[in-house]
Amino acid sequence: MFALFRKDSASELRTRYALNSLIMFIVVTISVILFSSVNETLPESLTGGLLWVVVFFTAMSGLSRAFVSEEERGTTLTLQLIAKAEVVFGGKLIFNTVLIFCMNLVTLAFYALVMDSFVLRTPSVFFLAFGIGSIGISGASTVIAAIIAKANSKGTLYPVLSFPILLPLFLLLIDLTKLSIEGTTPDAAFVELAALVSYDVVIITASFLLFDFIWKD
Amino acid sequence: MFKKYLLYILISGVCIAGIAFPIVKVPQHWWEYPLIPGLEENAKIIFFHVPTAWISVIAFFMSAYFGFRYLRSRDMAFDAKALAANQLGMVFCVLATVTGSVWAKFNWGSFWNWDPRETSIFILLLIYGALFALRSAVEVEEKRATLSAAYSLIAFVTVPFLIFIMPRIMTGLHPGSADDETSGPVIDFKMNMNMRMVFYLSLTAFTLLYSWMWSIGYRSILIKEKIFQNKELK
Repeated sequence: MFALFRKDSASELRTRYALNSLIMFIVVTISVILFSSVNETLPESLTGGLLWVVVFFTAMSGLSRAFVSEEERGTTLTLQLIAKAEVVFGGKLIFNTVLIFCMNLVTLAFYALVMDSFVLRTPSVFFLAFGIGSIGISGASTVIAAIIAKANSKGTLYPVLSFPILLPLFLLLIDLTKLSIEGTTPDAAFVELAALVSYDVVIITASFLLFDFIWKD
Repeated sequence: MFKKYLLYILISGVCIAGIAFPIVKVPQHWWEYPLIPGLEENAKIIFFHVPTAWISVIAFFMSAYFGFRYLRSRDMAFDAKALAANQLGMVFCVLATVTGSVWAKFNWGSFWNWDPRETSIFILLLIYGALFALRSAVEVEEKRATLSAAYSLIAFVTVPFLIFIMPRIMTGLHPGSADDETSGPVIDFKMNMNMRMVFYLSLTAFTLLYSWMWSIGYRSILIKEKIFQNKELK
């Protein structure tokens, strides 16, 4: 599993094509938000939501590469032969999680820098949500990427399929961000955090169970 | 044959009862409903909105169930059953969303409010749309069936979150949300006896309608596939 992760990260770091384009994507998106709100200060709840909008579109751009790149390079069959399905999925999941975590950190850093009204009063709630949420995003996105890798119009199909699955997650994350901006303690936000954890567990379990069917012809 | 006529009578009875029976302050006759403060005339839409929403969820569960059966047995008949459930589910979901919007306009003033339950029916609509998009993007039949079964199962595990948990946790407009005193959306709804009976009849009628349409639907899909296969052989 970790060998797969190392192979994927090595090939990504070798060309750095995907990383660069994702970082540029984040910069461009946040710039667009800044341009459209030049003289007005955004209300605090809105800035919380916009962060996750940027995260969502970054994820949509970047996470399908895990399986689509295999299809493009023709290495799918090799991978099917040398490793069990769970191992392949585990490796891709770890890769995507690390990728989305890094991307989200970059987004968060850039966002906190340029958005004045993004002030977290209880950072603990936010960072918990951030970590658990990133795992959830990558879990759902990886399995959808496996599904669309075999389909025809991959690029447009990926956000279409991912959005309904990711939406409950993003609603929870936006709500938690709002709560952390307002200053709610982790105890008060416990229900939402518990829902977040259960979403993660459920989606990753279901993905592991179903991946075997998706992966094999 | 007899079942079909029974269904016609039942549905027309429900439509008449749902639309034409008047709502008055103090019901004198068996065909009059009491006035519920806050809802007044709007209450009648409950006979149409709730069953359609209920059926769209059932259709979704059926699609996930038949997807599961397909993955176990690789029998294309299950895929046809799942597809028929998807098609009908989409129709009922659109109906539920539209009736819900209409009710929202009359009750709370605007067509759409992003109330958690409205959001969840919207997500259900998106899931159905995504299933159709996925189906049209894969040409190989067995791959198409496998992928749509896998996707409907993944969507199925997130649906309980939407439909049952979130509307109760987050505050919203719909009856049964976190800040509403009534305990449930429908059953404890202070409904009068005859209203409740018409409601249950409506639920039964819509369920029968759906199951009839579904059985015709999946059989016609199977026959269509057979015709295609015969054409190719010739």
